[in-house]
Amino acid sequence: MLDTLITGLIHGNAYALVAVGVSLIFGVTNVVNFAQGSLVALGAMTAWWLVVVGHQPLPVVIIGVLLVTGAVGYITDLFAVKPFGKAPPIAALLTTFAASMILDRLSQLVFEPELRSFPEVLPTTNLSIGGVRFGTSDVVMFGLTLLVMGGLAVYLRYGRTGRAIRATAQDTDAAQQMGVPVQRIRTISFVLASALGGLAGIFVALYTGSTSPTAGMTIGLTAFVAATIGGLGSIPGAVVGGFVLGIVEAFGVYQFGDGVRDLITFGLLILVLVFRPAGLFGKVSAIASEPMTGTFLGAGREIRLNAWQWTLVGLIAVVAIPLLASQPMLAVANQVILYAIIAVPMVLLGGSAGQISIGQAAPVAIGAYTSAITVMDLKLPFLVGLLLAGVVAAVVATVLTLPIWRLTGHYVSIATLGIGFVAVSIIRNWDSVTRGAYGITGVPGPRIGDLRLTSAGDYYWLNLAVGIITLLVVLRLRSSHLGTIMASVGSDEVAARSAGVRTRDYKVLAFAVAAFFAGIAGSLLAHENRYLDPTLFPILMSTLALTIIVVGGITSPVGAVVGSIVLVAVPELLRLTPDVRILLYGVVLIAVIRFRPQGLWVRRNA
Amino acid sequence: MTTTTNGLEPGGAAPGTAVPVLVVTDLRRSFSGVQAVAGISFEVPKGSTVSIIGPNGSGKTTTLNLVTGVLAPDSGTVVVEGRPVARRRPEEVAESGIRRTFQNGRVFGNLTVKQNIEVALHAGLSAHRPFRPLAAVPVLRWLSLIGEVFVALAGTARAERRQMDDAIATQVDRFAERLGPRVSHLAYTLSYANRRRTEIARALAGNPDLLVLDEPTAGMNQTETAEVLDQLLELKAQGQTILLVEHKLDLVMRLSDHVLVMDEGHVIAEGPPAEVRTNPRVIDAYLGRRHAQVAARQAEQAAERGNYAI
Repeated sequence: MLDTLITGLIHGNAYALVAVGVSLIFGVTNVVNFAQGSLVALGAMTAWWLVVVGHQPLPVVIIGVLLVTGAVGYITDLFAVKPFGKAPPIAALLTTFAASMILDRLSQLVFEPELRSFPEVLPTTNLSIGGVRFGTSDVVMFGLTLLVMGGLAVYLRYGRTGRAIRATAQDTDAAQQMGVPVQRIRTISFVLASALGGLAGIFVALYTGSTSPTAGMTIGLTAFVAATIGGLGSIPGAVVGGFVLGIVEAFGVYQFGDGVRDLITFGLLILVLVFRPAGLFGKVSAIASEPMTGTFLGAGREIRLNAWQWTLVGLIAVVAIPLLASQPMLAVANQVILYAIIAVPMVLLGGSAGQISIGQAAPVAIGAYTSAITVMDLKLPFLVGLLLAGVVAAVVATVLTLPIWRLTGHYVSIATLGIGFVAVSIIRNWDSVTRGAYGITGVPGPRIGDLRLTSAGDYYWLNLAVGIITLLVVLRLRSSHLGTIMASVGSDEVAARSAGVRTRDYKVLAFAVAAFFAGIAGSLLAHENRYLDPTLFPILMSTLALTIIVVGGITSPVGAVVGSIVLVAVPELLRLTPDVRILLYGVVLIAVIRFRPQGLWVRRNA
Repeated sequence: MTTTTNGLEPGGAAPGTAVPVLVVTDLRRSFSGVQAVAGISFEVPKGSTVSIIGPNGSGKTTTLNLVTGVLAPDSGTVVVEGRPVARRRPEEVAESGIRRTFQNGRVFGNLTVKQNIEVALHAGLSAHRPFRPLAAVPVLRWLSLIGEVFVALAGTARAERRQMDDAIATQVDRFAERLGPRVSHLAYTLSYANRRRTEIARALAGNPDLLVLDEPTAGMNQTETAEVLDQLLELKAQGQTILLVEHKLDLVMRLSDHVLVMDEGHVIAEGPPAEVRTNPRVIDAYLGRRHAQVAARQAEQAAERGNYAI
């Protein structure tokens, strides 16, 4: 009991330290900084290098980490945040995500990806209360958290720059007019928060006794959940949120085992968002929040192909690829089509209804398992499984997300992120149906009547057919009255409601349609891959799908196909390693949002 | 509203009914301790134009937001054509027959002018929304939504589509010179004045029992303002009931049957325009004595010329 509590406090302490940085940046710049976790990992790796390779004492290590992470934070701000100060909030949300991909991969390339043990620069088990062991390191970390929180509070309250930071947080324009150098203040906050993240990294590494360049994503997301629980933008909220999350997690893991960690973390996130959207300490802003996409990201008209151009595309798809492509190339083509089936309907959700989903892997996973179970356990034909995959994915994903659609702005995206984790976690833990982490082997290949599909070439025809149907359905919906209504919701929700549109229903409908096709893609994946386990549906699948529609043009279904080709086929054909590929996603994403925010397939001038 | 222009909306009550279109009773709303609207009551009779004037921050826009459901009142009632709508959601208020514009011209930027107007027709559609009555029912609303998807995919609502196009054309014709050449332009490319026109056309396309306008001429120059005044006068002549918030007093005086003057959340004076502009409390709170004299003189001169100077 007591030991579980102390474990929770220690964990929570680390979350709190990282969450403070997340909240500070959100408060000042209104940016959800997904890169914070990467800076934590970078801090840990830098500390490891200074201790193990450089043989430096702890004070030097701390100063070194603060300098390195501060500097990297500055660069991150320069490229991924600062240029998007005037862009809609979705821009910076995506670019910091891209920055985290880039930082993690660069760190991997520099330090090598493997897990290594972190030396005990401070004792971690030399103290005990009531038989529970902990160490000087934990005490120092706790002291440091109090110091950081107190120091920030005093600084923000009494310091000259601190006052400027608060003024900027409250009203950027007014602060600017009063002579506050808003841009510099934002940069200072960013560097400060990054250095804090680095510092947290040292203690996280000390506590876990190991470190790796890829640890950032998990800790970053968890800290981000902590900050949201406390109330994004509130420093004391971040600290309390960190501890609350740490303790709830510790007791949950004690009770149900380590497998439920994600379920608890992200389940708690969703509960908080549903019942207290602004978090424990945050206040819901009296000013109505602007829509996430609005008229800027994505404003413009789609590029249109004429008849002979379409004919050429058709000939390539139907004649050239099947005749000329080798089996590995056909496999790449299949990947492209599967991602297009996931991404194309997301245009209705992201481009029309203005809601950004970072959890699309959830319906894909639900569809995949539904179809495999339908065909294997219920002995029903493949086509039934395929259809059922879409329906079940749409129903389950919609019911899971039902409470989140009354949220606005960032919170919808955050909640869908949570749903992505929750769904995969449920699959991992529901052993009796999904076979848990062991996965399902021997999923039968697609079979239509007596026709058995066995090779990449066979799958290509099936995928192409489903892909074309998806594209036609989405194009038709977009150009219908229903499409106009969905687009009005994303364009200006208040105006749409006052024009008699039940906006929430249409957001859910757009999500349901996207989830339906994601489920279909999941079914195809399951039967063509012949094997399923929960690791096939990582957060990277969700972010890649989102990146695809942003790169192609968030309002353009054909653009989503173009995006799939650019982001799936090109890296495959260039034979890039997975690391470099993710690095490339990050760079492409930032470049597109910076220089062609409407996407590759959309022209700005009407 | 005496005529149903597009045949899509069932339309309001019969003309000449004694019931006022809008009855507001003791409406209150405060924001973190500040009483933005502190117990106001008023009626808007059918076919009339009622205007609310007052200094900035006096609670005019808050009142409109309370009436249209954009904000929920702390207490008080709002009744439209006999139906209570206070604390209803804005889309339900819109379905009850109130349509509005916004202070800063909120159009759907990534939709064309035509599509902007089309959105307003949604609440009255039947072929496109085969199970529309279920749209307000929990859980069963999904039948309505799925019905819409199937109609969209099958393209079976062609007759209603033509009716919609006619209804849109009717609204565009009101601003034929300005919006006519731009019906297929995306709204974010429009000039500010044209966005306001699009917004008014959109509100009217819903065939509202009550049209609520929040500073329809804000940011417009004199010519544009005069043009809007002419259009509003024409609407009024057609029997449209209007609730208006506006700063340009001359327009208010010319258009209104009844004027409410608000200050710090209260109605400090009300009555016919001529009476209100000479009321000493109004002059103190809002107009200022000199403005009142100048305005009165201008009005006389203009009336003599038979040509109203704005």
